[in-house]
Amino acid sequence: MTIQTRTAENGVNVAALLGAREALSKAPEAARFKWRATSKWLKGTHSRATVEGFFGLGGEQMHRQAYQFDSDHPEIFASEDNGAVPVELVLVALVGCLTAGVASVAQKRNIQLKSVQATIEAPMDLQGILGIDPNVRNGFDRIKVHYEIDADASAEDIAAIVAQSQKRSAVFDVITNPTDVAVTTSKA
Amino acid sequence: MAERRAGIIDVVVMGAGHSGLAMSRLLSERGIEHVVLERGQIANTWRTERWDSLRLLTPNWLSRLPGYAYPGDDPDGYMNSVQVAAFLENYARWAGAPVVSDTTVTSVTQSGVGYRVATTRGDWLCRAVVLATGAFNQPVVPHIAQGVPSGVHQLHAQAYRNPEQLHPGRVLIVGASATGVQLAHEIQNSGRSVTLAVGEHVRMPRTYRGRDVQWWLLASGLLDRRIEEEDDPERARRVPSPQLASTPGLTLDLNRLRNQDVEVVGRLAGIRDGKAQFSGSLRNICMLADLKLNRLLSAIDEWLDGRGRSLGIAPAERYEPTVTDDAARLSLDLREEVRTVLWATGFRPDYSWLRVPVLDPKGQLKHDRGVVDAPGLYVLGLPYLRRRKSSFIHGAEDDARELGAHLANFLGRKREQLGDRHAS
Repeated sequence: MTIQTRTAENGVNVAALLGAREALSKAPEAARFKWRATSKWLKGTHSRATVEGFFGLGGEQMHRQAYQFDSDHPEIFASEDNGAVPVELVLVALVGCLTAGVASVAQKRNIQLKSVQATIEAPMDLQGILGIDPNVRNGFDRIKVHYEIDADASAEDIAAIVAQSQKRSAVFDVITNPTDVAVTTSKA
Repeated sequence: MAERRAGIIDVVVMGAGHSGLAMSRLLSERGIEHVVLERGQIANTWRTERWDSLRLLTPNWLSRLPGYAYPGDDPDGYMNSVQVAAFLENYARWAGAPVVSDTTVTSVTQSGVGYRVATTRGDWLCRAVVLATGAFNQPVVPHIAQGVPSGVHQLHAQAYRNPEQLHPGRVLIVGASATGVQLAHEIQNSGRSVTLAVGEHVRMPRTYRGRDVQWWLLASGLLDRRIEEEDDPERARRVPSPQLASTPGLTLDLNRLRNQDVEVVGRLAGIRDGKAQFSGSLRNICMLADLKLNRLLSAIDEWLDGRGRSLGIAPAERYEPTVTDDAARLSLDLREEVRTVLWATGFRPDYSWLRVPVLDPKGQLKHDRGVVDAPGLYVLGLPYLRRRKSSFIHGAEDDARELGAHLANFLGRKREQLGDRHAS
């Protein structure tokens, strides 16, 4: 048996995360967050969304800076392709969330990551959104994510990290479970 | 047994199940005066609130209580409810337990130097109370049950007895712990089609390397693991019961049920417009359970290797990963396709009669390994209270011994404090 003395360095502050978990379990109100984005239509199918502030720990919080995301449709849809297709942003969100989870779980388990690469793909039948076939849903048929991970760990330990990441992922939950969505309108 | 009348006593033990009876025996050994109050008869829940085919998840040889071993001639069998009730009744008689039956506790309040235990047959005044009322009193049904269409029959496993009670049409079983998988197996065998909604679960073979899995868990020390050794005790206490059936040699995992044509779907996430919606996380849920199973089996193998002799023991085995459909169903129209929804979603303890401020905002008892947050109040028999085996019959003794010692010490100090005024 070897005694492991080295600490993995994946750039995740696990002590801070565990401290937050401990603190928030005692202060459930501070754990209630609210995420926001605003969006502005520019032209055609092109719009720009901004995230900057959010609510959490009992007060308003700010990102270090505002982040913007352009979305549009590609030229084959007779659009100008000024940004990602919104469904691609969904894939980006999922893989971003899962990869953050992989790094955090690996750090917690003291496993040094060397590289983490993911590919994500999701087939979709456009007969749904185009209203051609009412039996075809608008959204994805399914989503497939593949991780290629180089780390100081067995294949089984790596699989366990990815599984745990899914278990604790907000975006994975949002996509795999139904969410009540309320869209309201007012005249400017 | 002479009928006891309510009055003043050192200790009231609530509940004449295995935990209460174990504690009673150990209190008697210490000469501590007590009664065991029971709302019905000994082993009441076993007699009245469980399905016909239910059997213990532990083999008979493991059914033991302080000073008492399984006396029968079928050590590898599994007791049914009637046999469990008889076992506990025989134990109570052997131990001379001061059980007061048909006595429902209506409230427990702090009073004077201890507690007032009000019952349907008078009030008891005591210095200490041991709550041994169990962890499985009230059926838990999720809020989404409100969305089940009115034409569809729904019931909790607590009210289920046998398949004949159900309409011949499709049954949606929600939950895939021991209860869910056993009922899926039984109901599918009765000719009714079953859809099983599966959330987080614990996969476990009935036998491993030729022995009952419980033998391995016990021998390797896993059942003696203490709650202090867990990184996350709260989570360890929430781990659901393993997917075990009590038929010798039968491993009732999801692959087995699938071969039986049970339809396996994801966790029930919602019901909307009469349609049940299942989570798309089934694949990962099964992956997590497979990984955990393999870790358990590796721990067992390593323990055996460490002992250095495995003569006559079957070689290590690994099981086929849980098969999941690429096109697993994500919704089911309850109105059109389902006649019965059966909730195998667990139980929670009932403390509605406890008028002592020891419940947290979620209604859970505040305690440290059974020593409740009020002097002289104890709890026994909850899952992983002190050890992984805490809620099992054979797990009662060690916990009751330690909490009994704590209680005796408490009574001793209490007597010292009151000694001057109440010396006899």
